[in-house]
Amino acid sequence: MNFLRKQLDKIKPNFDKGGKFEKYAPVYFAFDTFMFVPNHTTKMGAHVRDGNDLKRLMYVVVLALLPALFFGMWNVGYQHFSQLPNPTDDPNYIFPFMDVFMFGALKVIPMVIVSYVVGLGIEFIFAIIRGHEVNEGYLVTGMLIPLIMPIDLPLWMLALSVVFAVVIGKEVFGGTGMNIMNPALIARAFAFFSYAPFMSGDKVWVADASTIDGVSGETILGTLASNNAQSYSVMEMFMGYIPGSIGETSILMILIGAALLIFTGVASWRIMLSSVIGAAVMGLIFNAWGVNALMQFPWWQHLLVGGLAFGIVFMATDPVTAAQTNAGKWIYGFLIGIFAIMIRVFNGAYPEGIMLAILLMNVFAPTIDHYVIERNIKRRNKRLVKNLKAA
Amino acid sequence: MSKDIRIKKGLEIKLKGKAEKEISVASRSKVFAINPSNFQGIIPKLTVKVGDKIMAGEPLFFSKKNEDIKFTSPVSGEIIEINRGAKRKILDIKIAADAIDSYKDFGIKNLSELTSDEVKAQLLASGCWPFIKQRPYDVVANPTDQPKAIFVSAFSSAPLATDDSFALENEQVAFQTGIDALRKLTTGKVHLSVDGTTNSFFNNTKGVEIHQVFGVHPAGNVGVQIHFINPINRGERVWVINPQDVAIIGRLFLQGKFDATRIIALAGSEVTKPKYFKTILGADVNALINENVPNANVRVISGNVLTGTNISTNKFLGFYDNLISVIPEGNHYEFLGWHPFIGNNKLSINRAFFSWLTPNKEYNLDTNLNGEERAFVVTGEMEKVMPMDIYPMQLLKATMANNIEKMENLGIYEVAPEDFALVEFVSTSKIEAQEIIRRGLDLMVEEVG
Repeated sequence: MNFLRKQLDKIKPNFDKGGKFEKYAPVYFAFDTFMFVPNHTTKMGAHVRDGNDLKRLMYVVVLALLPALFFGMWNVGYQHFSQLPNPTDDPNYIFPFMDVFMFGALKVIPMVIVSYVVGLGIEFIFAIIRGHEVNEGYLVTGMLIPLIMPIDLPLWMLALSVVFAVVIGKEVFGGTGMNIMNPALIARAFAFFSYAPFMSGDKVWVADASTIDGVSGETILGTLASNNAQSYSVMEMFMGYIPGSIGETSILMILIGAALLIFTGVASWRIMLSSVIGAAVMGLIFNAWGVNALMQFPWWQHLLVGGLAFGIVFMATDPVTAAQTNAGKWIYGFLIGIFAIMIRVFNGAYPEGIMLAILLMNVFAPTIDHYVIERNIKRRNKRLVKNLKAA
Repeated sequence: MSKDIRIKKGLEIKLKGKAEKEISVASRSKVFAINPSNFQGIIPKLTVKVGDKIMAGEPLFFSKKNEDIKFTSPVSGEIIEINRGAKRKILDIKIAADAIDSYKDFGIKNLSELTSDEVKAQLLASGCWPFIKQRPYDVVANPTDQPKAIFVSAFSSAPLATDDSFALENEQVAFQTGIDALRKLTTGKVHLSVDGTTNSFFNNTKGVEIHQVFGVHPAGNVGVQIHFINPINRGERVWVINPQDVAIIGRLFLQGKFDATRIIALAGSEVTKPKYFKTILGADVNALINENVPNANVRVISGNVLTGTNISTNKFLGFYDNLISVIPEGNHYEFLGWHPFIGNNKLSINRAFFSWLTPNKEYNLDTNLNGEERAFVVTGEMEKVMPMDIYPMQLLKATMANNIEKMENLGIYEVAPEDFALVEFVSTSKIEAQEIIRRGLDLMVEEVG
């Protein structure tokens, strides 16, 4: 790797202060620091530092998303082929695995590319305008956005959603670390409210649905919302052989990602656990009530369907937009679970509630933290008053 | 009576090169330096000029705000250099030492016959006063204050820390005398916190309240101990002092001289044979480093690797330090070094390294930042290493915003920069937490006092 290092060092002066391309330094440094952890040493304070940095952290999240991504590719193919008539006489015929996977991959990969190219492009432009380094936050956002979209969403809509999310959702607040709401969910909310026909219904979850006759690819929640009985087995829900956004269907793959995130300590287990508890509690309440198909849907199956699990694991835990105190995280997560199921059940027009629940709690997270910290301040002031009395 | 303190939140940073318990006498340094920046909150006024001859214990400068606080020479000799920086700020005062010290005589005193004011006067005149620091703000104590208590932490839990119970083994009488002197300075108690896992002579100290402290770093930080013993509220003052400096005060009363001898540890992965040395504060340690450190690309730190001062270019032992740490510089690139699960020779509280598999491994950490500075992103990591009932990230943010009321509310009076050293260590965004807290404390001194 010495060769690469030498080449980088050779062109580096052009980007340093006073260099020819000084303005584009963020682009150079983004690449340089991507290839090599820089030779920066500690200048003040602690002389040694933890080995972890934001790049590694973000990359762990991307790794955690990979199982869901790869499964999503296969499932896109599976949902498509399962709508096709059986090409043979064999009633047990299954389409070859590679055909199914490749079909999905060719659908999903362009979405991932569009998301990264558009999003990172904007990040670079802002970095150049503002003269700061390119932050790593978009590495994760860029992967999340395609995974929470329906497969048939046109690429230009995806691109517009990304633009909206990065500019309005993040950069206007000052970039990574400053945003109030989760950018990936902003992208989804933008697409949902702008292009509703492409975001829900019984056609959008199946790739190339327009080319197939008589598609019936409604999500479980969609079926239940129209008060019909759904036909998928629990195993299918858990494994993810069901229609839905690309990355959200397989609980198994999401759990693998969650395990990595919790094990490495990258995402908060408090938020994940409390969200699940919140969703379960709300589900139990509705089960007791039980006046329509969604309310009667067993509470534990509520946890297996829709985007709930994906949202809890990968988006509720975004440290920038979540509550920041440990006590706050419990409250924040619990309310996300409650609201996700509540919106699901009450809002017929929109059968999945996790997106709005997380966005809502993103807004309330600072308030939750405020009250948690207020307790700490009260403890301190009480001590002061006690001491003054004693004196 | 003893009260146990158990610290669970924190981090034990185990480094290679812990000092062997063996004391050598360092060859006497030819030059000594006193660096006024060691003294927080002090603006120095010089009383010497280049060429002056001086005895150990005679003043070099005093505090502009309080002329009684004198800073004296640790050795006898001649002033050879007074270095100034921008705005004529004094960087250091160098003294060419005589072969054998001659001491200014302060008279042997019997502590039981002295009043509080007489003890104070003796400490101020001899230059021992600056050893006493004040919390809040972590500055040199103000002699006109009435501290509600005095705290001494008899051990350090920092990486490669000097074991003062070993260093002071032959100074037990001086230590006790120093404690007796401190008792005259407060109407409250003198608290001595000892390492709960070992039993040393500190446990037999008389006239103090002894606290057994257990657990991980920062258990040895006096600020953490104060937080659990008798936390500081707005308007209160407590004083703190290091054990070796208690012994220096003890010698002042026993022998009538300012004998600034220290037993320091020379430690770190770059030291061929880490062990203890007998020297004097302010000593030029260049020779010591040359004899014991073969490599050149190293960082020499006066103090520990978390809170110490970089003395690589100007190698003098700091006024408050009892440790010289030498670790490799980290000025190298690492190809794809951010990739999870590679680079497992690094320590992390985050398990994206395999280093969690080997909790007892001693690390050879260098000074690489391991990444770039970023905005606050990750939450919860700072809390893992902050044992006090304080929200570290919120306090840092309030401090960065110079929001004094919020800083007060969130506990700025209870912290010193060293208490944020681990917060700084673990920060994924490489936030300079100690510097932020220092600036915040300076602001508080100015605005609140």
